[in-house]
Amino acid sequence: MRKHQTLGVYLHAQGVSRRAFLKFCSATASLMALPPSAAAQVAAALAAARRPSVIWLSFQECTGCTESLTRSHAPTLESLIFDAISLDYHHTLQAASGESAEAARIAAMEENEGEYLLVVDGSIPLGNPGYSTIAGMSNLDMLRETAGGAAAIIAVGTCAAFGGIPHASPNPTGAVSVSEIITDKPIVNVSGCPPIPVVITGVLAHFLTFGTLPDLDHLGRPVAFFGQNIHDRCYRRPFYERGQFAHTFDDEGARKGWCLYELGCKGPTTYNACATLKWNEGTSYPIASGHGCLGCSEPDFWDKGSFYTPISAGLWGSRETLIGAAAAGAALGVGSALAARARKKKARAAEEAES
Amino acid sequence: MTLLDFARGPALQWSLIILVFGVLWQLLGTILIGVKKDLSKPRRNTAVRDGLATIATRSLPEHQFEKKIRFQHFSGYAWHVALFIAVLFSAPHILFFESVLGFGWPHLPNGIILVTAAIALAILFALVIRRLSHPVQRLISNADDYISVIVVIVPLVTGMLASAHIGARYETLLAIHFLSVEALFVWFPFGKLMHTALTFPSRFRAGAAFGRRGVKA
Repeated sequence: MRKHQTLGVYLHAQGVSRRAFLKFCSATASLMALPPSAAAQVAAALAAARRPSVIWLSFQECTGCTESLTRSHAPTLESLIFDAISLDYHHTLQAASGESAEAARIAAMEENEGEYLLVVDGSIPLGNPGYSTIAGMSNLDMLRETAGGAAAIIAVGTCAAFGGIPHASPNPTGAVSVSEIITDKPIVNVSGCPPIPVVITGVLAHFLTFGTLPDLDHLGRPVAFFGQNIHDRCYRRPFYERGQFAHTFDDEGARKGWCLYELGCKGPTTYNACATLKWNEGTSYPIASGHGCLGCSEPDFWDKGSFYTPISAGLWGSRETLIGAAAAGAALGVGSALAARARKKKARAAEEAES
Repeated sequence: MTLLDFARGPALQWSLIILVFGVLWQLLGTILIGVKKDLSKPRRNTAVRDGLATIATRSLPEHQFEKKIRFQHFSGYAWHVALFIAVLFSAPHILFFESVLGFGWPHLPNGIILVTAAIALAILFALVIRRLSHPVQRLISNADDYISVIVVIVPLVTGMLASAHIGARYETLLAIHFLSVEALFVWFPFGKLMHTALTFPSRFRAGAAFGRRGVKA
């Protein structure tokens, strides 16, 4: 796609029918909780949109977020739209390497000053600049430099949004999220480990359509996708209400598809669109595959105890502590009773001596 | 650390420590304090039988003031039964007990638990209204009674809200529910909620002492 070619022209050239395009626009409008009338607006805006420059920075990450977007077995409309943006810099996907790669980033920044989108995946280490560098530049310096001229930042994945697994205790690299460093730019957190591809394209579509970022929740995530918890939209929810739970991963309850709450499912405290959008073109999601939700789109999900501890169970120290408290309480009880007896005995003796 | 992490972690740990420590302190301190030695010749040597019999007889409605206390008697029973069902047979509660005790037991469906909790709450409100409106009961009530009622009502209400996902995000409701239960744990050993642990020992002791003198307890 040439840089000044519109998205509509490009998609038509790629064989995407008008019907399929409108279907995508309607679905996108619906996903973003926009009124039905907005679908036409989305379609018109997307069709006329010129490819925005996108710079994608990968820091302390596992490439899972990029894999999530690119490893689909067939090209999807989402991937075409992703192709349609001008992805001027991406370690994993770009052909250029070394100095020419960095030159592409600098060129994109200068050419689109104040207009380009910055996508970040991975956390930023603050402990030592040498923990993670690109072309000799620390992640922190590269983020600050690139964010300076960005119109907005999309923090893709839980690492960029909240620090993620690198941030997990004891956080050896001092990993932090994008929003802990950049405070003067609009930031959208598209959390998840990895995030759902259509959520990323939905945010991009919103930016292309309205020139603004979508409404965000208190954690900076698009409300349209992160407004409800997985438990409330889970197809296994009726089993929860009826008290039908799988107790192990291979018992009768598991085979019958009952609720996974007892097996540590974090669906009730996890906000994401997995239960509705699902993965692999709407095929499935973890709970549908028989495993509880790990809560990967929530901050510090790695440090909230075992994945298999139910959320109604305590995250407390140990039974030994309670045994110690019991022993101390018993000792104090016995001691106070003996002291009271001694006082009574003394009082009686004094009384007898007086009489 | 989120509010829920705090409620499930340090707050829970410390409240349990205070609960266990306080209950054993109060229980052993009370039981072992001893009573003045009875020098009279016992009418009969059936202390254990008399003690156990008194636990049973004082738990039954037979009472000379039965007409006057019928409402209180049966509503008290209904309240305790409803509370125990809601607390002991809710699936999330059993998972909590299992994490502390190391074992669990069968649970009831959420709907039954919710209805039972609502019944318990209604009875408790009725008893509180009676306490406030009855001149004698009002006179003999002190701050301990009202604090004990509050620390029991709040977990019931927050538990029902958390179960039904009403009023706030689930994790917030769950955290508030945890914290309200932890407030109950902390208050338990030092207020009238200790009747849970002392009711039967005190009935036993009274029955044994009265039996020694040949008197019906």
